[in-house]
Amino acid sequence: MRKYLMPLLIVILFVVIMGVSWQGLVDEYVQLIFMYIGINLILTVSLNLINGYMKEYSVGHAAFMAVGAYVCGILTVWLFAQDDVFGAPVLPPGSAIVLFPLILIVGGIAAAIAGLLIAFPSFNTRGDYLAIVTLAVNFIVKSAIENIEVIGGPRGFMGMKKVVNAMTTVFDAPWILFWTFTWAVIAFWLVRNFVSSTYGKGIIAIGSDEEVAELMSVNTRKIKVITFMLSCGLAGIAGGLFAHILGYVNPGTFNIMKSVEMMVMVYLGGMGSLSGSFIAAVLFTVLLEVLRPLGIFKWVVIPTFLILLMIFRPSGLMGDRELTDVFPQLRTWFGLQEKEVETHASVSD
Amino acid sequence: MPLFQTKGLTHWFGGLQAVNDFNIQLDGGELMGLIGPNGAGKTTIFNLVTGVYKATAGEVLFNGTNLVGRRPHEITAMGISRTFQNIRLWEEMSVLDNVRLAHHYRLKYGLLDSIFPTKRRQAAEKKLTERTLELLDVFKLDPYANERAVNLPYGAQRRVEMVRALAAEPRLLLLDEPTAGMNPGEVVQMMELIQWIGKEFDLTIWIIEHRMQVIMNICEWIKVIDFGATIAEGTPVEIQNNPRVIKAYLGEEVV
Repeated sequence: MRKYLMPLLIVILFVVIMGVSWQGLVDEYVQLIFMYIGINLILTVSLNLINGYMKEYSVGHAAFMAVGAYVCGILTVWLFAQDDVFGAPVLPPGSAIVLFPLILIVGGIAAAIAGLLIAFPSFNTRGDYLAIVTLAVNFIVKSAIENIEVIGGPRGFMGMKKVVNAMTTVFDAPWILFWTFTWAVIAFWLVRNFVSSTYGKGIIAIGSDEEVAELMSVNTRKIKVITFMLSCGLAGIAGGLFAHILGYVNPGTFNIMKSVEMMVMVYLGGMGSLSGSFIAAVLFTVLLEVLRPLGIFKWVVIPTFLILLMIFRPSGLMGDRELTDVFPQLRTWFGLQEKEVETHASVSD
Repeated sequence: MPLFQTKGLTHWFGGLQAVNDFNIQLDGGELMGLIGPNGAGKTTIFNLVTGVYKATAGEVLFNGTNLVGRRPHEITAMGISRTFQNIRLWEEMSVLDNVRLAHHYRLKYGLLDSIFPTKRRQAAEKKLTERTLELLDVFKLDPYANERAVNLPYGAQRRVEMVRALAAEPRLLLLDEPTAGMNPGEVVQMMELIQWIGKEFDLTIWIIEHRMQVIMNICEWIKVIDFGATIAEGTPVEIQNNPRVIKAYLGEEVV
């Protein structure tokens, strides 16, 4: 029965967070932090696929978040809200409650397609040089949005609050919080499945030695395209949720700082560790809020903390290990079998 | 039709001709040796055959198909796999995963099964793990199955690399200095292992080696190259007495 402990824990946590938010036991500010945690969970696990498992350097992940945010935002406003630009809603506003998750997926697909912008260059270049490409993509996407006047240009795009209101009018619940946590769970589940399959482990092989991966029959180009699309798609979904949390988006949000924030969470948790991503996303988000009273000094304290961490734990909190590696008794919690074979490390060669 | 053949294989690195008109023919089942002084172009030939480099000119024929221009994973899937001069395992992966991944091209499931834990994936993974463990068992590596590759002793890492190459189910196995860095006892074991693999897995083996002891004992036919060009070929005894080979290895005055 311990096999179901972890899913059960997730469900309980989910219900508790939803419950306290729904009943108004915690104020809007705390709810907002909950949602930021959810968003950061998705972003961290998605970037971990590229920077952690595949050991490429994407320093422009905010670009794909932006694509998702704008595509979702524009679609929902066009479909479900009275808007200055798009006019009357195309569909009855109430239907947003059903169609919102589908639109999130559309936003994710759009971001996944945008991910091809870095997937194709990654065939021929890697490491620092690919980092430059991703940096360029970040700027391209941001400037492109800034120059499209119809969606607000640099002023940003708004109207998503109306959509959220339309959803709560039909049924009063913290919908965005619900979808944020649902997607956080889905994101972790998908990535865990992917990197634990022999097919998906191809990306770990690429990260370790790409040439050998190719020589040992891994179609590295195909795996790279899949990984970049999966990762960027998840970032797009996080973006779509983010747009509906704030109710407006502006291109300035998706600048290089946002990308750096994601990288910090990945490296804080440990490259190639899902448990690490989880711990880091929660810790970092909460830390940012807890230290808010320090004002500008927050940006002295947090980087100092990061420097200390990198001195004492150079490969992040978890390295590339999972909680189940550190505490093997947890394996049953996650529904994992015992190790396939017992090792006898003492056997000499 | 020969199993494997190169015709006029030539490769230039910029202005340097690394391989010059290299011809070889393997009919299947033999143990072929390739020797030559450092920098003679031996590993370059392996890299040309496995698709790491694209040959400037010439053909590499495997079962009659030209391999030049194909990507390495396709060539591996067609039945040529190799080991490396310096051990190149995926260090932080377990031994089991290292070997399992060499099966990547014949996985019976695709992207969706890798994202969602489907029945098909579980069945395929289970079968793959069983087969991999059997293979590891044969090479007495099963105690290390869950160990990270980097933690293994040197000799065991060499064996893992060989098992990984075999897991790709090749018909032609290329071994790039399999005894590099080994002590005399390990060298003898490795020689026996190579001969045994050839028979047991019905393989054609092509081996680059610096140790004359190895090459002279196990190879049936030897090719010698220097500065990218073939300078001699023949049986071990012929090669040992060939003045051009002695000159290439030891210098002019000795002859």
